[in-house]
Amino acid sequence: MTNAVELPLLYPAMPEIVLAVGAMVLVLIGAFRGDRSTGAVGGFAVMLLIAAGVLVALMPSETVTTFGGSFVVDSFARFFKLLVLIGSATAVLMSTDFLSTEDRRKFEYPVLIVLSTTGMLMLVSAADLIALYLGLELMSLALYVVAAIDRDRIKSTEAGLKYFVLGALSSGMLLYGASLIYGSTGSVTFAGIAQGAAAGGVGLTFGLVFLLAGLCFKISAVPFHMWTPDVYEGAPTPITAFFAAAPKVAAIAVFVRVTMTAFPTVGPQWQQIVVFVSIASMALGSFAAIGQTNIKRLMAYSSIGHVGFALVGLAAGTVEGVQGVMIYMAIYLAMTLGTFAVIIAMKREEGPVEEIADLAGLARTKPGVAFVLGMMLFSLAGIPPLAGFFAKFYVFLAAVNAGLYVLAVIGVVTSVVGAYYYLAIVKVMYFDEPAPALSPMRGELGLVLAVTGLFVILFFVYPAPLVNAAAAAAKSLF
Amino acid sequence: MIPALFFYLFAGICVASALMVIASRNPVHSVLFLILAFVNASGLFVLMGAEFLALILVVVYVGAVAVLFLFVVMMLDVDFVQLRRGSLQYLPVGGLVGLVLLVELLLVVGAWAIGPGVQKTVALPIPTDMSNAEALGRVLYTRYVYFFQAAGLVLLVAMIGAIVLTLRHKPNVRRQVISDQLARRKEDIIELKTMRPGQGVAEVQGESR
Repeated sequence: MTNAVELPLLYPAMPEIVLAVGAMVLVLIGAFRGDRSTGAVGGFAVMLLIAAGVLVALMPSETVTTFGGSFVVDSFARFFKLLVLIGSATAVLMSTDFLSTEDRRKFEYPVLIVLSTTGMLMLVSAADLIALYLGLELMSLALYVVAAIDRDRIKSTEAGLKYFVLGALSSGMLLYGASLIYGSTGSVTFAGIAQGAAAGGVGLTFGLVFLLAGLCFKISAVPFHMWTPDVYEGAPTPITAFFAAAPKVAAIAVFVRVTMTAFPTVGPQWQQIVVFVSIASMALGSFAAIGQTNIKRLMAYSSIGHVGFALVGLAAGTVEGVQGVMIYMAIYLAMTLGTFAVIIAMKREEGPVEEIADLAGLARTKPGVAFVLGMMLFSLAGIPPLAGFFAKFYVFLAAVNAGLYVLAVIGVVTSVVGAYYYLAIVKVMYFDEPAPALSPMRGELGLVLAVTGLFVILFFVYPAPLVNAAAAAAKSLF
Repeated sequence: MIPALFFYLFAGICVASALMVIASRNPVHSVLFLILAFVNASGLFVLMGAEFLALILVVVYVGAVAVLFLFVVMMLDVDFVQLRRGSLQYLPVGGLVGLVLLVELLLVVGAWAIGPGVQKTVALPIPTDMSNAEALGRVLYTRYVYFFQAAGLVLLVAMIGAIVLTLRHKPNVRRQVISDQLARRKEDIIELKTMRPGQGVAEVQGESR
């Protein structure tokens, strides 16, 4: 009866363990000290996220699996984990002002972000369907709560409820797909599925479609994007910044891992789906954003469009394509965080404002901020020599090399259409009559804006580190 | 023969009571039918030899979830008749769509069966020499410890979320502060007054002022 049990390797999961244990300690600190400790808990949360980032960076570069093969750490996982941790830490940092107002001083907010980030790291490392689902739920459940955390404002609760109901629906689809895949391949691990999938079959295709539908929900790709504008508009702005950055990166990572490692043998089947989703997202992201007046809604459509561009690389299904997706997500993260640093700083004495018209004449009242935001918007539109151009360049190059000419052409056309609404904001900032001046920008927001601005503007000078890291990481998947 | 009989009995009652959950007028009856459906589903689990799952289904779903539903239904006073008023009007179209979907699914999936190789690749074979609970216990904290802990974290998030979204500290509620109670001394709160015959409390207080 007393068989010796071999303890699974724990060190590959060290960042996750540190974050989970740290989050529990922070809950206890908050519970004993009350909401007075919010500032301290926020600071500790940032430190925890940075510590986890250091642990990820220090890991050896070979591929390790643990927990019976359901948890894998390879260069791909480490690349995305670093992106996720940077996104989350920046989001907590940018919420300092939001959390300092009296009625919003909730210590649970940083704790939930840390727990959500734990889920994202688990998601990025997931090597079987159960680990995938658990990571996804841990990530999403915390997101639903932070969307509604401003619970006395009706828009915030509406955002939380909408996100929750639609997210639960997508989880249901994902689980249905997972059970069909398990039923037709007899395995939940990605390697086992890849083996069993070689035989193909109707059940497998059904399952694949449902699984990808569930994942498309999380990355807000068309036709599963309906929740995005409402949730982005309703949630408090620092939380919207968080939504647009880290969870999207993690969900894209798992999307790539599932399609590349679990279904390499049925490539043509998911490729069709990815191509369709990509074209639809790019088109909707570009056209629907044109009529928006609220800048958060505009960023929601912009993020839908960017997911479409990133999926162009995945549709290629090659090492080059995956490398393109990784470069795209890294640059997308920087552009999104930088743009949101300005959006969070958009407030006057009477409170935050979020209309595009409120930015009018920013070039005269705050020339520095206006210049960097202008560069961010040019970069989002994909204008050389800014970082956003290279992001699009690598995914389109991969698509062309894989023979997906139509997809690449549609991508270029939609990015030209998308450039219109980004440039419209630049026009409002530089040529419209100034609106009443905005309050001065807080230090941490200025820091985020400066760092991301430098990255976006100077990326073309020395792109090698990111490009090489992405290339090495992409190879670890094949 | 007997297992087949019980299968049809449990399955039949399960489907019928599930139908009644959405058809009955009284929401309390709906919940009771839901409990009936759960109990019959657990009977189906017993027939399959999964007695642990069967008991867990009864304990968790009947014992906790269904009772919670019952509380919600009784306390929220939702007018279900009002909610369901329009549903009959959409029945023809909705039913038609459902029927078309069902036919399509049957056409597609009808010819498909679970692959014969599947049984060979199952992660863990079902052990025959021990009970369900023992077999689950042997892998739950060893091989599947990661999933177990991850599920625990998900529940922690759910708990924090429920507290942060619903707990309100009302300003006018008097709470028990035990340290204050223990620190009270007789001298701080009791005042001794001498009362002369025929004198009221009010007069004594007036005097002391």
